[in-house]
Amino acid sequence: MTEIPEHLLKRAQAARDKAAGASSDAAGAAGESRIPDELLDRTKAASSGGVAVAEKGGALATAVGGGVPVGAGPGGHTQRLLTVVKSGSIQEAKSAPIDKVHTWPHLLAVEFVAGLAVTAFLFLFSWFVNAPLMHAADFNKTPNPSKAPWYFLGLQELLTMFHPMIAGVTLPGMALVALVLAPYLDRNSSNKPEDRKFMFSMMTLFLMFWAVLVIIGSFFRGPGFNFTFPWRDGIFFEL
Amino acid sequence: MAKVLDNPRPTLKERAAKLGGQIQGSQAWNSIFRPGSIFRKGYTDSPRNRSYVIMNSVLYHLHPVKVKRHAVKVSYTLCLGGLSFFLFIILTVTGIFLMFFYRPTGANAWQDIQTLQTSITFGLLVRNMHRWGAHLMVLSVFLHMARVFYHGAYKPPREFNWVIGVVLLTLTLLLSFTGYLLPWDQLALWAVTVGTNMMGYTPVLGSQVRFVLLGGVEIGSDTLLRWYVLHVLMLPFVIVIFMAIHFWRVRKDGGISGPL
Repeated sequence: MTEIPEHLLKRAQAARDKAAGASSDAAGAAGESRIPDELLDRTKAASSGGVAVAEKGGALATAVGGGVPVGAGPGGHTQRLLTVVKSGSIQEAKSAPIDKVHTWPHLLAVEFVAGLAVTAFLFLFSWFVNAPLMHAADFNKTPNPSKAPWYFLGLQELLTMFHPMIAGVTLPGMALVALVLAPYLDRNSSNKPEDRKFMFSMMTLFLMFWAVLVIIGSFFRGPGFNFTFPWRDGIFFEL
Repeated sequence: MAKVLDNPRPTLKERAAKLGGQIQGSQAWNSIFRPGSIFRKGYTDSPRNRSYVIMNSVLYHLHPVKVKRHAVKVSYTLCLGGLSFFLFIILTVTGIFLMFFYRPTGANAWQDIQTLQTSITFGLLVRNMHRWGAHLMVLSVFLHMARVFYHGAYKPPREFNWVIGVVLLTLTLLLSFTGYLLPWDQLALWAVTVGTNMMGYTPVLGSQVRFVLLGGVEIGSDTLLRWYVLHVLMLPFVIVIFMAIHFWRVRKDGGISGPL
């Protein structure tokens, strides 16, 4: 048998004495204990059954030459329930699991169909509608009106109202800077539409502003970039 | 006679199945199609194989193995980001085709487009697809930006990916604008004249930037060469780098945003 150090034996003896002294009022105080009742009951049941086992084992151990191990607790137990730690108190609970699906087939199938649809649309559209090709470039013949590509027609429209530096540089520059800074200026952390009425209105105004300018520049500007009505004078617009 | 009935000659179908099995079991076949490929012998639709399809494909592993359930709803993204990328691929393919028939010089450019449209098989069709595809891409990138904004997807942790997105929008516009000049017809020349005149009003650097971009004080043959190189080489190179960062950040920032 392993030699048990002196101080451990002393400590075990002290614990045994304390348990023997406390056992009488422990039964009364069980209600105040922080250990759940069912666990205490289980321990009691185990210790009462354990005596029998310990006696049997003791007999066997005596035969072999040991006896009840020195330092065992009441009832011959060599281990004690120190405390019960409930699972929630020390485990870091991760956030609720996210509902996920396999990319194949759920996402790839959607992407495949979308790609196919766009290819088909582009193919058919290109089959029936030809891209414009006008006369070769001629520096001596300025077409009237001369229009920028459609996505710059908003700027060209601004050019009729402001100095070129404002219309061509300052305003689009400010628009780009505002777009870049949007995530840093918007301190509202919600992504729910009902919480974001202000940003919703700002963006809608921003988009409508450019959309209206582009539409006016595309369809309501004729020769000399003067205002026209497309239903009266026709459309002066090439893609 | 009985012997013949016990061992009938294998039918064509049986022989084809046997041959198919032999091919699919061969070392060459299995070296090409990695585990999880639907072309491999004994492919079954199991969670393990569904994961392998993504992990073992150089194209698909742009995606994670699993995505949020709400992210596969078409009504959430409208596929706009993916379609912008897909249109970029279509534009690359059709653009390479066009490059075979085009010389970026004042003397040849317009004539080459004319010849492409009239004398080259599918030339007109491919040019149409390139042009309409380009307009469609500008539109889809723009709508993608609006969609992302309205979903509040630019909010932390995705602020920087939004900034990259604005860069991509600008690059898309520049790609479209540089391509606009290349047919070298009246529409191209004067649209670009209007556009670049505005550029000249940039304070301090305006006229210098304009001079560098045009290769002179006015648009000419040198401009054509410059914008051609920008259009087919430099801007695609830059935009591919930014797209790589953009897609990578989408995953690093926790997949697509939402649900609302």
